[in-house]
Amino acid sequence: MLSLQPKPGSLESVMARSERPLSPHLQIYRWYLTMALSIGHRVTGIGLALGLLLLTWWLLALAGGPETFATVEAVKDSWIGVLVLFGYTFVLFYHLGNGIRHLVWDAGYGFDIQVAAHSGLAVLAFAGAMTVLVWLVIALAG
Amino acid sequence: MGVQSPIARVRGLGPAREGVNHWIGQRLTAISNIVLVLWFVFSAMALAGAGYEEVRAWLAAPVPASLMILLVISTFYHARLGVQVVIEDYVHHEGAKIASLAAVTLITFGLAVACIVAVLTVAIGS
Repeated sequence: MLSLQPKPGSLESVMARSERPLSPHLQIYRWYLTMALSIGHRVTGIGLALGLLLLTWWLLALAGGPETFATVEAVKDSWIGVLVLFGYTFVLFYHLGNGIRHLVWDAGYGFDIQVAAHSGLAVLAFAGAMTVLVWLVIALAG
Repeated sequence: MGVQSPIARVRGLGPAREGVNHWIGQRLTAISNIVLVLWFVFSAMALAGAGYEEVRAWLAAPVPASLMILLVISTFYHARLGVQVVIEDYVHHEGAKIASLAAVTLITFGLAVACIVAVLTVAIGS
């Protein structure tokens, strides 16, 4: 006879029991700045890895000659190009600043909750300030 | 080396003994990236509005060409190590993991060589 219920004590019955302890899922945590910055470091890292394609494109176009370079420059100076590069400037300085924060942690400092939160805010402020500074200079020069 | 007990070493269990290399490589390139990326951003700011000839003449000089090649090596290596960790964390199928790790390695090596050849073409070839 096929039984629809798992036998008591069988593996299936143990697996089906919902009251067994589970490791907490990500969704049950309230989001903290430090958590967001942590996953942000990974996300921006992937973004910057993809951004290396843009660096490759730019260098190959420069080596290719005036025509290929003009194509890249046209894309770079278009509104979408400026928007992407503006975003990349923030992502770059965020990852750079947060990377320094990680290096400090690697050295064994800055683990207090208050310090970690404040250093996170400092990273965001640094990234924002550098992004504005870089694009102000470019706007004034260009 | 030090984290394995002698019996674990005999059995071949425990860490693959490559984690420390990865960890150090990631930090070392993180530090070199800080210097090289800041140089690159300041160069890009200085070159704002410059045309083809001006940019090419800038990269053809020995110091910028050398720093650009170092930037390419440092950033691509750092990216390769970082993407490796992300793949190891999220790709659970063994075949897909090995294939994607191999792809990332080959793609980053290939692109880095293309970048270096491009810099050398500008610096020496013309």
